[in-house]
Amino acid sequence: MMSTHPVLEIEALSLAAKSNEALVHNVSFSLGKGETLGLVGESGSGKSLTLRAILGLLPRGVTQTGGVIKSGARSAMVFQDPRGALDPLCPVVKQLAEVVYYRQQVSRKASRMIALELLERLGLPDSLQRSDRYPSQLSGGQCQRIVIAMALACKPGILLCDEPTTALDVTVQRQIIETITSLQQELGFAMVFVTHNLAIAANLCSRLYVMKAGEIVEHGDTLDLLQHPSDPYTQMLIDSVLPLPELEGGRMNG
Amino acid sequence: MGSTLQVQNLTVRYGGFTALDNISLNLEEHTTLGLVGESGSGKSTLARVIAGLIAPDEGKILLGSQELLKKRSREQHKKIQMIFQNPDASLNPKHSIRQILAEALLFHKIVPRQQVEQRCKELLARVHLEAKALDRFPHEFSGGQRQRIAIARALSVEPSLLIADEPTSALDVSVQLSVLELFKTLTTELNLTMLFISHDLGVIHAISDTVAVMRQGKLVEKSAKDQFFTRPEHDYSRELLSAVPKMPNTTTAGGYYEPRT
Repeated sequence: MMSTHPVLEIEALSLAAKSNEALVHNVSFSLGKGETLGLVGESGSGKSLTLRAILGLLPRGVTQTGGVIKSGARSAMVFQDPRGALDPLCPVVKQLAEVVYYRQQVSRKASRMIALELLERLGLPDSLQRSDRYPSQLSGGQCQRIVIAMALACKPGILLCDEPTTALDVTVQRQIIETITSLQQELGFAMVFVTHNLAIAANLCSRLYVMKAGEIVEHGDTLDLLQHPSDPYTQMLIDSVLPLPELEGGRMNG
Repeated sequence: MGSTLQVQNLTVRYGGFTALDNISLNLEEHTTLGLVGESGSGKSTLARVIAGLIAPDEGKILLGSQELLKKRSREQHKKIQMIFQNPDASLNPKHSIRQILAEALLFHKIVPRQQVEQRCKELLARVHLEAKALDRFPHEFSGGQRQRIAIARALSVEPSLLIADEPTSALDVSVQLSVLELFKTLTTELNLTMLFISHDLGVIHAISDTVAVMRQGKLVEKSAKDQFFTRPEHDYSRELLSAVPKMPNTTTAGGYYEPRT
């Protein structure tokens, strides 16, 4: 999957808080076109900060102290908590149309049309076309779909996903992941997927980077890394995936 | 084995919405019942009704042979303790750990006043925390440690039924494992009966003896753990189990997979 021209290259990225406390230290990776890269680790390991640095959305008080981020494409982000990422006082289609209006620079009328198309693509109900609704009137899974639609409205070459399914139920989680994968095949964007769930990362990503306390402790090809982890921290993460016995009669599809 | 808790034809409505629809459930003594289901399926409502935080519209709850009514005695309240999802919200930030643990001990008169200090230390030791933690405040602890304190508080009054409502969902995966281990040792050491709510099937598999599945306020299945995970009766259970993301099969050699049963 590695292509010769990476769409995103990060070299020795370091981030620090105002108090000079290092938050992310010497993180480097590159992302090929259409590739999916997984960033795994526990909370506080700097995964989200790295993503935010790529987007240029560092929280107040955090500064980049070193390193280069070379990006050859537009990036957009899907956040962990969809309700928090949406404006609760603005109906969802209007919110989405707003993003389309500013990002794609089309007329108000056209932006609404594009927004509705996006919603259809993400499998949201048609009823939104007739009557717009507020985020609180939608389920968590539906809200996450709106957030993904908003990210796609920016026509990104790189989609940054910050634990997009952690706040969701398992069945909804599977639907969202399926949606993201099929969209990726259709639109061909590259993806950085941040999660602490190794099983999800293993299914989605071709390469994994394990982060601990702001540094990358190990990286490599997904299967290889999971089978032969060299760092004890990676082993610990693998062990913490709770096993389930195999279902008799096979798993259900779809 | 007798049953600690019996729930009979329980119905709860919030306005026009039926949150619990005619639920009947038995909890056998000294076992752990894992309750799974999607959000909004009524898991937490059931826990709250059993703990006495919500009054049911219909049906009754029996603890041992006693019926639990809307107005419960101190003794009845004491017997059922609950641990919540978010320890940040369930521990008072302005109370020291000593105050948090001593409050319930004094209220229910578990030990005489002079022995409270000693008992607090024992409780902390039970959840693998040091005695010097007593003078600290909740914010000085990590999420996992805070959840341990919440567990110590729930255990302080020697309950016969422990309800844990998603106690590990807010924790990191590695911490989650250690908290689960703690639950396991405590339930065997203290002979506890536990109602363990989670939407994470991996967690449920690790801790339960019996699994109950809820959907839209109804109980769709209750089976022994091994049966549930290999031969679920209901289609919905099968759907839930299939949706769990799995490690790729080639990693079986790594040894973190249970052999097929």
